[in-house]
Amino acid sequence: MAEVKLFRAWSSPFPLRIVWALEVKGIEYDMIYEDLSNKSSMLLQYNPVYKKVPVLLHKGKPISESLVILEYIEETWKSKTPSLLPGDPYQRAMARFWAKFGDDKILPLIWEAFIKQGKDQEEALIAAHENLKYLEVELRGKKFLGGETVGFADLTFGWLANLVSVFEEIAGVTLIDHEKFPLLLTWMKNFMDAPKIRETWPPRDKLINHFRALRETLIAKEPK
Amino acid sequence: MAEKVVLLDFWASMFGMRGRVALAEKGIKYEYREEDLKNKSDLLLRMNPVHKKIPVLIHNGKPICESLIIVQYIDEVWNDKSPLLPSDPYKRAQARFWADFVDKKVYDTGRKLWSTKGEEHETAKKELLEIFKTLEEELGEKPYFGGETFGFMDVAFVTFYSWFYAFETFGEFSMEAEHPKIIAWAKRCMQKESVAKTLPDQQKVYEFALGLRKRFLGE
Repeated sequence: MAEVKLFRAWSSPFPLRIVWALEVKGIEYDMIYEDLSNKSSMLLQYNPVYKKVPVLLHKGKPISESLVILEYIEETWKSKTPSLLPGDPYQRAMARFWAKFGDDKILPLIWEAFIKQGKDQEEALIAAHENLKYLEVELRGKKFLGGETVGFADLTFGWLANLVSVFEEIAGVTLIDHEKFPLLLTWMKNFMDAPKIRETWPPRDKLINHFRALRETLIAKEPK
Repeated sequence: MAEKVVLLDFWASMFGMRGRVALAEKGIKYEYREEDLKNKSDLLLRMNPVHKKIPVLIHNGKPICESLIIVQYIDEVWNDKSPLLPSDPYKRAQARFWADFVDKKVYDTGRKLWSTKGEEHETAKKELLEIFKTLEEELGEKPYFGGETFGFMDVAFVTFYSWFYAFETFGEFSMEAEHPKIIAWAKRCMQKESVAKTLPDQQKVYEFALGLRKRFLGE
Protein backbone atom coordinates (compact mmCIF):
# COMPACT_ATOMS: atom_id res chain seq x y z
CA MET A 1 0.00 0.00 0.00
CA ALA A 2 1.50 3.32 -1.08
CA GLU A 3 2.12 6.02 1.52
CA VAL A 4 0.57 8.52 -0.91
CA LYS A 5 -3.13 8.55 -1.67
CA LEU A 6 -4.97 10.87 -4.01
CA PHE A 7 -8.67 11.59 -3.69
CA ARG A 8 -10.06 12.45 -7.11
CA ALA A 9 -13.18 12.45 -9.25
CA TRP A 10 -12.82 10.90 -12.71
CA SER A 11 -14.02 13.92 -14.65
CA SER A 12 -12.48 16.77 -12.67
CA PRO A 13 -9.43 18.49 -14.19
CA PHE A 14 -8.02 19.67 -10.85
CA PRO A 15 -7.06 16.27 -9.42
CA LEU A 16 -5.69 15.37 -12.86
CA ARG A 17 -2.95 17.97 -12.26
CA ILE A 18 -1.84 15.95 -9.26
CA VAL A 19 -1.97 12.67 -11.21
CA TRP A 20 0.34 14.28 -13.77
CA ALA A 21 2.78 15.53 -11.14
CA LEU A 22 2.96 12.13 -9.44
CA GLU A 23 3.25 10.24 -12.75
CA VAL A 24 5.85 12.56 -14.24
CA LYS A 25 7.98 12.27 -11.09
CA GLY A 26 7.45 8.53 -10.78
CA ILE A 27 5.95 8.68 -7.29
CA GLU A 28 3.87 5.67 -6.23
CA TYR A 29 0.35 6.42 -5.13
CA ASP A 30 -3.10 4.93 -4.64
CA MET A 31 -6.08 6.55 -6.30
CA ILE A 32 -9.36 6.93 -4.44
CA TYR A 33 -12.29 7.88 -6.67
CA GLU A 34 -14.98 10.06 -5.15
CA ASP A 35 -18.57 10.34 -6.29
CA LEU A 36 -19.01 14.09 -5.99
CA SER A 37 -22.77 13.73 -5.56
CA ASN A 38 -22.15 11.47 -2.57
CA LYS A 39 -18.89 12.48 -0.92
CA SER A 40 -17.22 10.05 1.42
CA SER A 41 -16.88 10.83 5.12
CA MET A 42 -13.11 10.50 4.62
CA LEU A 43 -13.06 13.32 2.06
CA LEU A 44 -15.16 15.54 4.33
CA GLN A 45 -12.82 14.78 7.20
CA TYR A 46 -9.67 15.50 5.19
CA ASN A 47 -10.96 18.66 3.49
CA PRO A 48 -13.52 20.15 5.85
CA VAL A 49 -12.99 23.70 4.56
CA TYR A 50 -13.89 23.13 0.88
CA LYS A 51 -15.07 19.48 0.83
CA LYS A 52 -13.52 19.12 -2.64
CA VAL A 53 -11.09 17.03 -4.63
CA PRO A 54 -8.17 16.83 -5.00
CA VAL A 55 -6.86 15.89 -1.58
CA LEU A 56 -3.41 14.37 -1.28
CA LEU A 57 -2.88 12.18 1.74
CA HIS A 58 0.78 11.66 2.62
CA LYS A 59 1.61 9.47 5.62
CA GLY A 60 -1.91 10.13 6.85
CA LYS A 61 -1.72 13.96 6.59
CA PRO A 62 -4.03 15.71 4.12
CA ILE A 63 -3.17 18.57 1.77
CA SER A 64 -5.87 20.35 -0.26
CA GLU A 65 -5.98 22.86 -3.15
CA SER A 66 -4.26 21.69 -6.31
CA LEU A 67 -1.58 24.41 -6.53
CA VAL A 68 -0.69 23.95 -2.85
CA ILE A 69 -0.44 20.19 -3.45
CA LEU A 70 1.84 20.68 -6.49
CA GLU A 71 4.25 22.81 -4.43
CA TYR A 72 4.15 20.20 -1.64
CA ILE A 73 5.03 17.40 -4.08
CA GLU A 74 7.88 19.46 -5.51
CA GLU A 75 9.30 20.22 -2.04
CA THR A 76 8.82 16.78 -0.51
CA TRP A 77 10.25 14.67 -3.34
CA LYS A 78 13.15 16.99 -4.11
CA SER A 79 15.30 14.32 -5.71
CA LYS A 80 12.60 13.17 -8.13
CA THR A 81 13.07 14.74 -11.53
CA PRO A 82 11.91 16.52 -13.51
CA SER A 83 11.57 19.59 -11.30
CA LEU A 84 8.23 21.27 -11.72
CA LEU A 85 9.57 24.66 -10.67
CA PRO A 86 12.86 26.27 -11.73
CA GLY A 87 15.57 27.07 -9.19
CA ASP A 88 15.75 30.81 -9.85
CA PRO A 89 13.34 32.80 -7.60
CA TYR A 90 12.27 35.13 -10.42
CA GLN A 91 11.45 32.24 -12.76
CA ARG A 92 9.56 30.56 -9.91
CA ALA A 93 7.53 33.73 -9.36
CA MET A 94 6.70 33.81 -13.08
CA ALA A 95 5.59 30.15 -13.08
CA ARG A 96 3.35 30.84 -10.07
CA PHE A 97 2.01 33.98 -11.75
CA TRP A 98 0.98 32.14 -14.92
CA ALA A 99 -0.58 29.30 -12.94
CA LYS A 100 -2.67 31.76 -10.91
CA PHE A 101 -3.59 33.67 -14.08
CA GLY A 102 -4.84 30.44 -15.61
CA ASP A 103 -7.08 29.63 -12.67
CA ASP A 104 -8.27 33.19 -12.00
CA LYS A 105 -8.93 34.25 -15.59
CA ILE A 106 -8.72 31.61 -18.33
CA LEU A 107 -10.56 28.77 -16.63
CA PRO A 108 -13.62 30.74 -15.49
CA LEU A 109 -13.93 32.55 -18.84
CA ILE A 110 -13.67 29.41 -20.98
CA TRP A 111 -16.16 27.74 -18.63
CA GLU A 112 -18.53 30.73 -19.03
CA ALA A 113 -18.18 30.55 -22.82
CA PHE A 114 -19.03 26.84 -22.63
CA ILE A 115 -22.10 27.01 -20.41
CA LYS A 116 -23.67 30.24 -21.64
CA GLN A 117 -25.46 31.05 -24.83
CA GLY A 118 -26.09 34.03 -27.08
CA LYS A 119 -24.72 37.38 -25.99
CA ASP A 120 -23.37 36.06 -22.65
CA GLN A 121 -21.37 33.45 -24.53
CA GLU A 122 -20.05 36.03 -27.00
CA GLU A 123 -18.90 38.33 -24.21
CA ALA A 124 -17.23 35.51 -22.30
CA LEU A 125 -15.43 34.42 -25.46
CA ILE A 126 -14.17 37.94 -26.18
CA ALA A 127 -12.86 38.23 -22.62
CA ALA A 128 -11.29 34.74 -22.84
CA HIS A 129 -9.49 35.68 -26.06
CA GLU A 130 -8.25 38.96 -24.57
CA ASN A 131 -6.61 36.99 -21.80
CA LEU A 132 -5.40 34.08 -23.94
CA LYS A 133 -3.38 36.58 -25.97
CA TYR A 134 -0.98 36.89 -23.01
CA LEU A 135 -0.51 33.15 -22.93
CA GLU A 136 0.14 33.08 -26.69
CA VAL A 137 2.92 35.65 -26.25
CA GLU A 138 4.40 33.79 -23.29
CA LEU A 139 4.69 30.62 -25.40
CA ARG A 140 6.99 32.25 -27.97
CA GLY A 141 10.18 30.24 -28.34
CA LYS A 142 9.06 27.61 -25.84
CA LYS A 143 7.83 24.06 -26.20
CA PHE A 144 6.28 24.17 -22.74
CA LEU A 145 5.81 27.03 -20.28
CA GLY A 146 8.37 25.24 -18.13
CA GLY A 147 10.87 25.10 -21.03
CA GLU A 148 11.82 21.73 -22.56
CA THR A 149 9.76 19.73 -20.09
CA VAL A 150 6.36 20.14 -18.54
CA GLY A 151 6.38 22.41 -15.47
CA PHE A 152 4.13 23.92 -12.81
CA ALA A 153 2.33 26.33 -15.14
CA ASP A 154 1.86 23.66 -17.85
CA LEU A 155 0.20 21.32 -15.34
CA THR A 156 -2.14 24.14 -14.33
CA PHE A 157 -3.16 24.83 -17.95
CA GLY A 158 -3.18 21.15 -18.91
CA TRP A 159 -6.98 20.94 -18.82
CA LEU A 160 -7.04 23.07 -22.01
CA ALA A 161 -5.37 20.26 -23.97
CA ASN A 162 -8.22 17.90 -23.29
CA LEU A 163 -11.38 19.75 -22.34
CA VAL A 164 -11.42 22.54 -24.93
CA SER A 165 -12.16 20.13 -27.78
CA VAL A 166 -14.79 18.40 -25.61
CA PHE A 167 -16.45 21.75 -24.87
CA GLU A 168 -16.24 22.80 -28.53
CA GLU A 169 -17.94 19.62 -29.69
CA ILE A 170 -20.76 19.93 -27.15
CA ALA A 171 -21.43 23.66 -27.49
CA GLY A 172 -20.85 23.75 -31.25
CA VAL A 173 -18.56 26.77 -30.99
CA THR A 174 -14.84 27.32 -31.59
CA LEU A 175 -13.26 28.41 -28.33
CA ILE A 176 -9.63 28.56 -29.46
CA ASP A 177 -9.01 29.04 -33.17
CA HIS A 178 -5.91 28.29 -35.27
CA GLU A 179 -5.48 31.77 -36.68
CA LYS A 180 -5.44 33.66 -33.41
CA PHE A 181 -3.69 31.10 -31.22
CA PRO A 182 -1.30 28.93 -33.25
CA LEU A 183 1.28 28.59 -30.44
CA LEU A 184 -1.37 27.73 -27.87
CA LEU A 185 -2.81 25.02 -30.10
CA THR A 186 0.67 23.59 -30.66
CA TRP A 187 1.26 23.64 -26.90
CA MET A 188 -2.07 21.87 -26.35
CA LYS A 189 -1.07 19.13 -28.79
CA ASN A 190 2.38 18.72 -27.20
CA PHE A 191 0.85 18.49 -23.75
CA MET A 192 -1.81 16.03 -24.93
CA ASP A 193 0.93 13.71 -26.21
CA ALA A 194 3.54 14.27 -23.52
CA PRO A 195 5.03 11.13 -21.96
CA LYS A 196 3.25 9.95 -18.81
CA ILE A 197 0.47 12.45 -19.47
CA ARG A 198 -1.06 10.86 -22.56
CA GLU A 199 -2.04 7.75 -20.58
CA THR A 200 -4.05 9.70 -18.04
CA TRP A 201 -6.84 11.26 -20.10
CA PRO A 202 -10.32 10.11 -19.08
CA PRO A 203 -12.29 8.46 -21.93
CA ARG A 204 -13.48 11.13 -24.36
CA ASP A 205 -16.99 9.78 -24.89
CA LYS A 206 -17.58 9.65 -21.13
CA LEU A 207 -16.36 13.25 -20.81
CA ILE A 208 -18.67 14.39 -23.59
CA ASN A 209 -21.69 12.73 -21.97
CA HIS A 210 -20.79 14.10 -18.55
CA PHE A 211 -20.22 17.71 -19.61
CA ARG A 212 -23.13 17.73 -22.01
CA ALA A 213 -25.47 16.70 -19.18
CA LEU A 214 -23.89 19.29 -16.87
CA ARG A 215 -24.29 22.03 -19.48
CA GLU A 216 -27.95 21.14 -20.07
CA THR A 217 -28.65 21.27 -16.33
CA LEU A 218 -26.97 24.67 -16.00
CA ILE A 219 -28.74 26.11 -19.05
CA ALA A 220 -32.09 24.89 -17.71
CA LYS A 221 -31.42 26.74 -14.46
CA GLU A 222 -30.74 30.06 -16.19
CA PRO A 223 -33.42 32.72 -15.60
CA LYS A 224 -35.31 33.33 -18.89
CA MET B 1 25.37 45.66 -8.38
CA ALA B 2 23.32 47.49 -5.76
CA GLU B 3 19.87 46.01 -5.32
CA LYS B 4 17.12 48.28 -6.57
CA VAL B 5 13.72 47.49 -5.11
CA VAL B 6 10.58 49.44 -5.97
CA LEU B 7 7.05 48.75 -4.77
CA LEU B 8 4.08 50.10 -6.74
CA ASP B 9 1.26 50.19 -4.24
CA PHE B 10 -1.79 51.95 -2.84
CA TRP B 11 -1.80 52.99 0.83
CA ALA B 12 -5.11 51.31 1.76
CA SER B 13 -4.55 48.04 -0.10
CA MET B 14 -4.36 45.09 2.27
CA PHE B 15 -2.64 43.25 -0.60
CA GLY B 16 0.03 45.91 -1.03
CA MET B 17 0.55 45.97 2.73
CA ARG B 18 1.60 42.32 2.61
CA GLY B 19 4.60 43.26 0.46
CA ARG B 20 5.45 46.17 2.77
CA VAL B 21 5.36 43.95 5.87
CA ALA B 22 7.54 41.31 4.20
CA LEU B 23 10.11 43.89 3.05
CA ALA B 24 10.17 45.40 6.56
CA GLU B 25 10.59 41.98 8.18
CA LYS B 26 13.65 41.39 6.01
CA GLY B 27 15.00 44.91 6.55
CA ILE B 28 15.09 45.65 2.82
CA LYS B 29 15.43 49.24 1.65
CA TYR B 30 13.04 50.05 -1.17
CA GLU B 31 11.34 52.89 -2.98
CA TYR B 32 7.62 53.11 -2.29
CA ARG B 33 5.53 54.56 -5.12
CA GLU B 34 1.93 55.47 -4.43
CA GLU B 35 -0.39 54.82 -7.38
CA ASP B 36 -3.51 56.80 -8.13
CA LEU B 37 -5.84 53.93 -8.98
CA LYS B 38 -8.08 56.22 -11.05
CA ASN B 39 -5.07 57.32 -13.10
CA LYS B 40 -2.60 54.46 -13.23
CA SER B 41 1.00 55.28 -14.14
CA ASP B 42 2.64 54.14 -17.37
CA LEU B 43 5.11 52.23 -15.22
CA LEU B 44 2.34 50.22 -13.56
CA LEU B 45 0.67 49.45 -16.88
CA ARG B 46 4.02 48.38 -18.33
CA MET B 47 5.03 46.30 -15.31
CA ASN B 48 1.66 44.57 -14.90
CA PRO B 49 0.03 44.59 -18.35
CA VAL B 50 -2.02 41.46 -17.63
CA HIS B 51 -3.90 42.70 -14.55
CA LYS B 52 -2.94 46.40 -14.38
CA LYS B 53 -3.12 46.15 -10.58
CA ILE B 54 -1.03 46.92 -7.55
CA PRO B 55 1.00 45.70 -5.79
CA VAL B 56 3.93 45.21 -8.16
CA LEU B 57 7.42 44.60 -6.82
CA ILE B 58 10.15 45.67 -9.22
CA HIS B 59 13.50 44.08 -8.37
CA ASN B 60 16.43 45.27 -10.48
CA GLY B 61 13.96 46.24 -13.21
CA LYS B 62 12.02 42.96 -13.25
CA PRO B 63 8.38 42.97 -12.12
CA ILE B 64 6.72 40.47 -9.80
CA CYS B 65 2.92 40.67 -9.46
CA GLU B 66 0.26 39.18 -7.14
CA SER B 67 0.80 39.85 -3.43
CA LEU B 68 1.33 36.29 -2.16
CA ILE B 69 3.70 35.58 -5.04
CA ILE B 70 5.57 38.77 -4.12
CA VAL B 71 5.84 37.69 -0.46
CA GLN B 72 7.17 34.24 -1.46
CA TYR B 73 9.66 35.88 -3.83
CA ILE B 74 10.91 38.19 -1.06
CA ASP B 75 11.21 35.19 1.27
CA GLU B 76 13.22 33.21 -1.30
CA VAL B 77 15.56 35.98 -2.42
CA TRP B 78 16.31 37.45 1.02
CA ASN B 79 16.53 34.09 2.72
CA ASP B 80 19.24 35.04 5.20
CA LYS B 81 16.89 36.45 7.84
CA SER B 82 13.35 36.27 9.23
CA PRO B 83 12.05 33.30 7.23
CA LEU B 84 8.35 33.73 6.52
CA LEU B 85 7.62 30.21 5.28
CA PRO B 86 8.67 27.37 7.62
CA SER B 87 11.16 24.78 6.39
CA ASP B 88 8.92 21.70 6.76
CA PRO B 89 6.99 20.99 3.51
CA TYR B 90 3.78 20.04 5.31
CA LYS B 91 3.81 23.23 7.40
CA ARG B 92 4.56 25.21 4.24
CA ALA B 93 1.54 23.61 2.57
CA GLN B 94 -0.64 24.59 5.54
CA ALA B 95 0.62 28.19 5.40
CA ARG B 96 -0.06 28.39 1.65
CA PHE B 97 -3.50 26.80 2.04
CA TRP B 98 -4.63 29.29 4.66
CA ALA B 99 -3.15 32.32 2.90
CA ASP B 100 -5.02 31.20 -0.22
CA PHE B 101 -8.19 30.83 1.91
CA VAL B 102 -7.85 34.46 3.00
CA ASP B 103 -7.44 35.44 -0.67
CA LYS B 104 -10.46 33.47 -1.81
CA LYS B 105 -12.80 34.49 0.98
CA VAL B 106 -12.09 37.57 3.06
CA TYR B 107 -11.82 40.35 0.47
CA ASP B 108 -14.70 39.41 -1.84
CA THR B 109 -17.11 38.86 1.05
CA GLY B 110 -15.83 41.82 3.10
CA ARG B 111 -16.25 44.31 0.27
CA LYS B 112 -19.93 43.45 0.02
CA LEU B 113 -20.34 45.11 3.40
CA TRP B 114 -19.79 48.52 1.82
CA SER B 115 -20.89 47.82 -1.75
CA THR B 116 -24.30 46.23 -1.10
CA LYS B 117 -27.39 46.72 1.02
CA GLY B 118 -30.49 44.86 2.13
CA GLU B 119 -30.54 41.09 1.89
CA GLU B 120 -27.24 40.85 0.00
CA HIS B 121 -25.59 42.85 2.79
CA GLU B 122 -27.05 40.61 5.51
CA THR B 123 -25.89 37.47 3.72
CA ALA B 124 -22.40 38.92 3.29
CA LYS B 125 -22.21 39.75 7.00
CA LYS B 126 -23.18 36.20 7.99
CA GLU B 127 -20.66 34.75 5.52
CA LEU B 128 -17.86 37.00 6.74
CA LEU B 129 -18.46 36.04 10.34
CA GLU B 130 -18.35 32.35 9.33
CA ILE B 131 -15.07 32.97 7.53
CA PHE B 132 -13.58 34.64 10.61
CA LYS B 133 -14.87 31.73 12.72
CA THR B 134 -13.03 29.25 10.49
CA LEU B 135 -9.85 31.33 10.75
CA GLU B 136 -10.20 31.59 14.53
CA GLU B 137 -10.56 27.80 14.78
CA GLU B 138 -7.43 27.36 12.67
CA LEU B 139 -5.53 29.76 14.91
CA GLY B 140 -6.64 27.91 18.04
CA GLU B 141 -4.36 28.54 21.00
CA LYS B 142 -1.30 29.25 18.89
CA PRO B 143 0.33 32.68 19.22
CA TYR B 144 0.57 32.94 15.43
CA PHE B 145 -1.03 31.02 12.56
CA GLY B 146 2.35 29.51 11.78
CA GLY B 147 2.91 28.46 15.39
CA GLU B 148 5.48 30.06 17.65
CA THR B 149 6.76 32.61 15.14
CA PHE B 150 5.20 35.21 12.87
CA GLY B 151 5.10 33.87 9.32
CA PHE B 152 3.57 33.74 5.86
CA MET B 153 -0.05 33.20 6.86
CA ASP B 154 0.18 35.93 9.50
CA VAL B 155 1.48 38.34 6.83
CA ALA B 156 -1.35 37.29 4.51
CA PHE B 157 -4.11 37.99 7.02
CA VAL B 158 -2.86 40.68 9.44
CA THR B 159 -3.07 43.40 6.78
CA PHE B 160 -6.87 42.99 6.87
CA TYR B 161 -6.72 44.17 10.51
CA SER B 162 -6.48 47.72 9.18
CA TRP B 163 -9.92 47.16 7.60
CA PHE B 164 -11.58 45.65 10.70
CA TYR B 165 -13.08 48.94 11.87
CA ALA B 166 -14.58 49.41 8.38
CA PHE B 167 -15.96 45.82 8.42
CA GLU B 168 -17.36 46.30 11.93
CA THR B 169 -18.99 49.62 11.20
CA PHE B 170 -20.58 48.64 7.88
CA GLY B 171 -21.45 45.20 9.19
CA GLU B 172 -22.67 46.38 12.58
CA PHE B 173 -20.77 43.86 14.65
CA SER B 174 -17.82 43.85 17.01
CA MET B 175 -14.79 41.72 16.14
CA GLU B 176 -13.74 41.77 19.80
CA ALA B 177 -17.11 40.33 20.82
CA GLU B 178 -17.43 37.83 17.95
CA HIS B 179 -13.81 36.76 17.48
CA PRO B 180 -11.65 37.79 20.44
CA LYS B 181 -8.83 35.38 19.54
CA ILE B 182 -8.38 37.07 16.18
CA ILE B 183 -8.18 40.47 17.87
CA ALA B 184 -5.66 39.15 20.40
CA TRP B 185 -3.60 37.66 17.55
CA ALA B 186 -3.76 40.91 15.54
CA LYS B 187 -2.64 42.96 18.53
CA ARG B 188 0.22 40.52 19.07
CA CYS B 189 1.27 41.03 15.44
CA MET B 190 1.00 44.81 15.89
CA GLN B 191 3.76 44.54 18.53
CA LYS B 192 6.08 43.87 15.61
CA GLU B 193 7.56 46.99 14.09
CA SER B 194 7.13 45.66 10.55
CA VAL B 195 3.37 45.40 11.07
CA ALA B 196 2.83 48.49 13.22
CA LYS B 197 4.72 50.76 10.83
CA THR B 198 2.94 49.36 7.76
CA LEU B 199 -0.72 49.19 8.68
CA PRO B 200 -2.56 52.46 8.24
CA ASP B 201 -4.90 53.86 10.87
CA GLN B 202 -8.26 52.03 10.87
CA GLN B 203 -10.21 55.29 10.98
CA LYS B 204 -8.45 56.54 7.84
CA VAL B 205 -9.26 53.24 6.09
CA TYR B 206 -12.89 53.52 7.17
CA GLU B 207 -13.15 57.01 5.70
CA PHE B 208 -11.67 55.72 2.45
CA ALA B 209 -14.21 52.87 2.45
CA LEU B 210 -17.00 55.42 3.00
CA GLY B 211 -15.89 57.01 -0.25
CA LEU B 212 -16.07 53.61 -1.97
CA ARG B 213 -19.55 53.06 -0.56
CA LYS B 214 -20.73 56.38 -1.97
CA ARG B 215 -19.46 55.34 -5.39
CA PHE B 216 -21.11 51.91 -5.27
CA LEU B 217 -24.42 52.87 -3.72
CA GLY B 218 -24.58 56.47 -4.86
CA GLU B 219 -25.35 57.64 -1.34
